Amino acid sequence: MAFAHLLEVDDIHSHLAVKDGTVRAVDGVSFKVDAGETLGIVGESGSGKSMTALSIMRLLPRSGSIVQGKVTFKGRVLTELSEDEMEAIRGTEIAMIFQDPMTSLNPVYRTGWQVGEPLRIHRHVDTRTSIRAAADLFQKVGIPDASKRVTQFPHMFSGGMRQRAMIAMGLSTSPSLLIADEPTTALDVTIQAQILELLRTLNRDYGTATILITHNLGVVAGMCDRVIVMYAGRVVEQGRTEDVFARPEHPYTWSLLRSIPRLDADEHEPLKPIDGSPPDMVRLPAGCKFTPRCPFAIPRCAAEEPELLTVRDQLSRCWVTQAGATLDGDQGG
Amino acid sequence: MATKVAEAREGHSASGWTPAQPLVEVRGLRTWFPVRSGVISRVVGQVRAVDGVDLDIRQGETLGLVGESGCGKSTLGRSILRLVQPTAGEVRFKGQDLLRLGSRAMRRTRREMAIIFQDPFASLDPRQTVADILGEALDIHHLARTGRARKERVSELLGLVGLSTDFAGRYPHEFSGGQRQRIGIARALAVDPSFIVCDEPISALDVSIQAQIINLLEQLQEKFHLTYLFIAHDLSVVKHISDRIAVMYVGKVVEVSAAKDLYRQPKHPYTGSLLSAIPIPDPRLERRRERIILKGDVASPLNPPSGCRFRTRCFKAQPRCAETEPPLDTVNLGDHKAACYYPLS
Ligand SMILES: Nc1ncnc2c1ncn2[C@@H]1O[C@H](COP(=O)(O)OP(=O)(O)OP(=O)(O)O)[C@@H](O)[C@H]1O
Ligand SMILES: Nc1ncnc2c1ncn2[C@@H]1O[C@H](COP(=O)(O)OP(=O)(O)OP(=O)(O)O)[C@@H](O)[C@H]1O
Ligand code: SF4
Ligand code: SF4
Ligand SMILES: [Mg+2]
Ligand SMILES: [Mg+2]
Repeated sequence: MAFAHLLEVDDIHSHLAVKDGTVRAVDGVSFKVDAGETLGIVGESGSGKSMTALSIMRLLPRSGSIVQGKVTFKGRVLTELSEDEMEAIRGTEIAMIFQDPMTSLNPVYRTGWQVGEPLRIHRHVDTRTSIRAAADLFQKVGIPDASKRVTQFPHMFSGGMRQRAMIAMGLSTSPSLLIADEPTTALDVTIQAQILELLRTLNRDYGTATILITHNLGVVAGMCDRVIVMYAGRVVEQGRTEDVFARPEHPYTWSLLRSIPRLDADEHEPLKPIDGSPPDMVRLPAGCKFTPRCPFAIPRCAAEEPELLTVRDQLSRCWVTQAGATLDGDQGG
Repeated sequence: MATKVAEAREGHSASGWTPAQPLVEVRGLRTWFPVRSGVISRVVGQVRAVDGVDLDIRQGETLGLVGESGCGKSTLGRSILRLVQPTAGEVRFKGQDLLRLGSRAMRRTRREMAIIFQDPFASLDPRQTVADILGEALDIHHLARTGRARKERVSELLGLVGLSTDFAGRYPHEFSGGQRQRIGIARALAVDPSFIVCDEPISALDVSIQAQIINLLEQLQEKFHLTYLFIAHDLSVVKHISDRIAVMYVGKVVEVSAAKDLYRQPKHPYTGSLLSAIPIPDPRLERRRERIILKGDVASPLNPPSGCRFRTRCFKAQPRCAETEPPLDTVNLGDHKAACYYPLS
């Protein structure tokens, strides 16, 4: 392959117009995805995870636009393509699945017909072939009675089956990149486990690279090679999953990992919550956006924003760890 | 105020109940919802949301209640408070059978019980200020005689949940999700209850905010000797907050035990698979873990399978499982019970 990385996101800024101003939903985000790898994106609600994914797909809401930056996929600059060229890539090379499978399947068409649609549009197969292919895909993603199920409407499917159908549709053209935006958040844990197992299998058997957006750190731990942590529209930490979990180098990641109860915890200890609440994205403070909630903040933090720089084995956007300090329990009290 | 109530709670009630007995005793509880169809609304079936539940909730404990969406957790919680009318069975609160209580007596008893909902936004009236919302709860039970007493109590409640008294005049939309849930908790506390049903109180909150609310609930429990029924589908949260845990599957409690034992030695195959499905935020551990991936979907409460309801997804099922339903004490290790013929070892 002639290109260095499958996907390169280079300093993307995406803005959204709202009543009382502009939301800088994505504010200078850069990362790379290699063929076959799984990259996790975590961060709290409103931190810009979905808008980052939608920027790559060029599917931002009407009130939004990419104001700066470049997305390159297999050497082609997506941010410079015409809408038609982009649509061809969306249907074939990059697939996206969303949190709520009910809203992304059309209730008035049979599931098999919908799942076969990318094949009819992009591979120019006839209806019968496309529905037969859909039945094969249903089987592959573990929907039982596939040949019967393709004739049913979405409301006859359970939530887990709808999400499987969406994944089947995404896979129909064998994409090299799958973007899954909270694919299991709306599902029960046992169904979540089924879907995650399916994504693992697809990644192993077909080498599909995956961007997995989630707020569940456990899901990242089990699924992702590398992870990006977002806060207020920017990447605050990035690295190999093991490194980030074993030794977070950003106070937000550090606090988040300490605040969640663990199933395998033996003794009952009070949780250590993160104080305060997430920032107002229309009126972001100057300096480091985590300052008001950060147990490690120093005077400089409120005035100047740090860059995302190498700290040990990962990247971190923090003055304190960049200066060589260690994040430890006592300070975070 | 708190001490006075605590004293009153020490005493024996008219029904001869003592704090050594379970605060809440649920026996053979059924709550079915009719499914209607057609122009004349004929009843074509019954959703067996709660279908024969026996459960004790002990004074001062947190009983966690987990299970998949639609298995009947909320309906069970609401049936205990009689916010929905159960179809059959008994709910004894301090020894009194609530389902046979007259409306006057029920009103008196209801003061001792409260509920906190999942969605703090939907559960607060957007046109009411925080003072109105909390004041209303006081007025219903005539708990503040003068305007001044009312105002003081509102300030006190806000203080208890960690909100500034300046917030009393504001409306719900001016608050973040976590703050709104604090208001929901303050409203529950207004009547000075001894028992609170927490119905997924943190599910709608950001991960970074959840721990704040869990800690608050734990502090309040200690301060006011509260008893909680804590409903959630996140087992790690439930395990953290609960003394004991009950696991529900399609209208039934299938396992109940001390929180620690449930995690260390689940007996029911459903509990085992539920536990193995919870991702642990530790990459080294999570990748080595053995997973039990269940096949299929949750059975329908409209038409549950014969025998053991879990048998359609169970990896240990035998012919016997389809014949008769295993009672909860099929496995009986004292405090640890499970409804299964072939339990996990
Ligand atoms: N259609 C929209 N119009 C205006 N602002 C929006 C719109 N959608 C999202 N936003 C804002 O953009 C910011 C980033 O939102 P985004 O959806 O990317 O967050 P997220 O990280 O995906 O959160 P979640 O975990 O809740 O899905 C937020 O502040 C959000 O309020
Ligand atoms: N008022 C009602 N009328 C008819 N059916 C109902 C009613 N309330 C609940 N149900 C049904 O009863 C069953 C149990 O619902 P319930 O809300 O108790 O489940 P749950 O365990 O709380 O689920 P979740 O985790 O999604 O909150 C479901 O099938 C639901 O559709
Ligand atoms: S830069 Fe300062 S405020 Fe920001 S995370 Fe680091 S220590 Fe905290
Ligand atoms: S009784 Fe049978 S079907 Fe039910 S959980 Fe036990 S082994 Fe499985
Ligand atoms: Mg999102
Ligand atoms: Mg519920």
